[in-house]
Amino acid sequence: MAEAKKKKSWTRRAFIGAGVAAGGALVVGIAVRPGNPTDRLSPLVAKGEGEKLINAWVKIDADNIVTAIVPHVEMGQGIFTSLAQMLADELDADWSKVRILEAPADAKYSSSHIGREFLAPNLEVPEILEPTVSGSFLSLATAMTLQITGGSYSIRGTGQRAMRTAGAAAREMLVAAAASEWNVPVGELRTENSMILHDKSSKSATFASFAAAAAEQSLPAKPKLKSPKDYKLMGKAIARTDIPEKSNGSAIFGIDADLPGMKYAAVKAAPVVGATVEAIDAAAAKTMPGVLQILNMGDFVAVVADGYWQAEQALATIQATYSKTEGDGLDQDALFTRYATMLDEAGDTDGDVETEEGDVGEAFASAATKVEAEYKVPFLAHATMEPMNCTAWVRDGKCDVWSGTQSPLMARKTAAETTGIDIDNVAYHNAYLGGGFGRRSEMDVIIMSTRIAMATKYPVKMIWSREEDTMQDHYRPSATSRFQGGLDKDGKAVSWSNIHTHLFDPQEAPTVPYYNIANHKIRKIDVPTHLRFGPWRSVDHSQHGYFIESFVDEMAHAAGKDGYAFRRELLAGSPRHLKVLDTAAKMSGWDKPLPEGHGRGIAFVPSFGTIVAEVAEVDMTGKKPKVTTVYVAADPGFAVNPDGFAAQMESSVAYGLTAALYGEISVKDGAVQQSNFHDYPILRINEMPDVVVEIINGDHKRLGGAGEPGLPPLAPAVTNAIFAATGNRVRELPLSKVNFA
Amino acid sequence: MITLNVNGQAKEVDVDPATPILWVVRENLKMTGTKFGCGVALCGACTVHVDGKPVRSCSTPVSEADGKAITTIEGLAEEDGTFSKVQQAWVDEQVAQCGYCQSGQIMTATALLKNNPNPSDEQIDAAMAGNICRCGTYVRIRKAIKVAAGNATETQEA
Repeated sequence: MAEAKKKKSWTRRAFIGAGVAAGGALVVGIAVRPGNPTDRLSPLVAKGEGEKLINAWVKIDADNIVTAIVPHVEMGQGIFTSLAQMLADELDADWSKVRILEAPADAKYSSSHIGREFLAPNLEVPEILEPTVSGSFLSLATAMTLQITGGSYSIRGTGQRAMRTAGAAAREMLVAAAASEWNVPVGELRTENSMILHDKSSKSATFASFAAAAAEQSLPAKPKLKSPKDYKLMGKAIARTDIPEKSNGSAIFGIDADLPGMKYAAVKAAPVVGATVEAIDAAAAKTMPGVLQILNMGDFVAVVADGYWQAEQALATIQATYSKTEGDGLDQDALFTRYATMLDEAGDTDGDVETEEGDVGEAFASAATKVEAEYKVPFLAHATMEPMNCTAWVRDGKCDVWSGTQSPLMARKTAAETTGIDIDNVAYHNAYLGGGFGRRSEMDVIIMSTRIAMATKYPVKMIWSREEDTMQDHYRPSATSRFQGGLDKDGKAVSWSNIHTHLFDPQEAPTVPYYNIANHKIRKIDVPTHLRFGPWRSVDHSQHGYFIESFVDEMAHAAGKDGYAFRRELLAGSPRHLKVLDTAAKMSGWDKPLPEGHGRGIAFVPSFGTIVAEVAEVDMTGKKPKVTTVYVAADPGFAVNPDGFAAQMESSVAYGLTAALYGEISVKDGAVQQSNFHDYPILRINEMPDVVVEIINGDHKRLGGAGEPGLPPLAPAVTNAIFAATGNRVRELPLSKVNFA
Repeated sequence: MITLNVNGQAKEVDVDPATPILWVVRENLKMTGTKFGCGVALCGACTVHVDGKPVRSCSTPVSEADGKAITTIEGLAEEDGTFSKVQQAWVDEQVAQCGYCQSGQIMTATALLKNNPNPSDEQIDAAMAGNICRCGTYVRIRKAIKVAAGNATETQEA
């Protein structure tokens, strides 16, 4: 199988508990029995039947190869390398001898069942427990219950809490084993480059030579983590391990699954979500070469053929009729009108209050200057380069599924539920993701693919056309947000009132404004839509970053102040925030004049634990805005891999700029109108600005995310720059709808 | 039967001559480095060379390659696996993120440098504008092309 080319085959049994696995490999997969951890831990561990809480493991083989087992998926964010860096650093492993293995989607291994049985959902591990082995187990168990790679969580959660602790624990066990064998105090031993050294006697040994003995050692209750001055790998721009295979075509993505006897499916779903396929005319398709089966699945039509192109050609000839739904009559203007009506109805008091301090009504009424504005953003598609796809094979009471998902365990559960096959007989095989951005946390493709597999006798690879991928996404919701701001006679912000439409669950964006304004109130109203929506890179920060940072800029202008200076006032008392803002301004030469028709805009959004300020420079002398340079200052606490972090900032600029310039999914008669890159354009290289990144390591104890926080400030930095250059305040995205002539 | 020359090797395939090169390479020849992105020549993920020229394999019937030489991403490295200059620059500059579009990017960049060993920024942008990267690795693509051309002014931190 194609998978085998990339990864060694997985034997779960070898990694449960500590022991010597086949081939003489030490596996430091440490298990803690519920009931015996620290007193503080006990209340968190509600009940147990001898179940094991299992760590992010490390194994060491006879050749002294250390393998870090990472419980997250690789979708371009470089997480395999960064997490392995964290584990290997604490272990004092020789990086050239470190290998990486993605954890399998196995509940017994992944500890998701432990999470369910022993932990309350979404339980946060108390900070005091984080550096302990038990704390890291709990932390990981929590993460693995969700079993999702997203929320920019991998480094700040799994890495910081679990991977480092796992490495440190393994190191201490190896050292203890050597101390016992050599009959010397533990304190006389040191570790370096996957070796254990006793300087007094000039003895040295590989980790491998003590692997078996280490497995017999008891688990250290609180392994000592390094302080930053001792980091050897963390903080270094180590080359990503997955880049060579992504440069010669050998990397295996979900779409590359290959099985003997495999067939291919092309699919077309009802254009209006919720409609059913009432009837199909497949007379022509039936006679086409290679066509094996034509399936009306109720909500979509599938053609199974010997080749994908044959399936696609046949599918195109099929005429289908669809049931009527409530969504049929809906179009984009009606949606925004619905939002406006609902916001009107909410008035000054209704809606869910997210945060409230002081008396906004009074402060606004008595403000010397009043500012009001409304902003709108559209639905957005993810448009991952790898179209949605999944391969499934159902036979003999078994099911195998191959795809690239952000949530492997959920994919496995979904396949079991869809097929009715016991989960023990369902295997899920994950591959590299050709882009995720939240889209691959959805299970729709897993469901569709396993349903097709149930209706066929062979492995079937279902591939969505780009059109399906664009028209059947789980979209970033469109939203409307209204603000009222009050300034006193000195131009100081005294009130901030915001009400916005809301479609996200869970909510990520700030319920508390990060700016210090004495009187503030933020409300939201839920707005129904028939379109499917879901997490999209930076989730609702993608909307609120634009809303908030636009309105702050409007208030600054109304106060007669510079946008940077005005934000400085509002961040007084938050030195870390100020430093990031100041750094971005300084990088950009904020005070230096720009040529006629050019403008500079600043925006500041902390999200996912990382504080980011961006300054965009825009050239408005042409027919449309050209963003020439984006300066990014970011404080993620500590950047484990600075080059990888910078890459994520560059990536977020590109992703955010695509959305700001072009991104729009619109609805007509209930169906999405866009279909491919001609009407859902993506930023191209000739439009890519220079990106200058400066990283501030502001707090090595609390790490932030990398994949998402660079995105929210981008759009407002650009629109604020457009305002600076032209006086044209953009209150609705995308910019392609605005006539700048 | 159609006889193709792929990466210097003769391959016989029994397919409809109208089948796009993309699917023949991926499904019949099991070379999956060439990617499906849009199906209509808009994104460049499927780029291969036919007689040295970059073509969109998703929209080029295999019959058009009859008697011509097809080069895919798998054919760029030396036989012992040593990367081509362009591939090595991609690694040195840490270009790839998700990596899905990079086969197409590398094929287009390779063709560019063959015709123009010393491209300017504008020439790079013009040649590469047909290849979409959703991860936005464009800054590094520009840099890697210059490195491969041997005219990079600075090197990135390793």
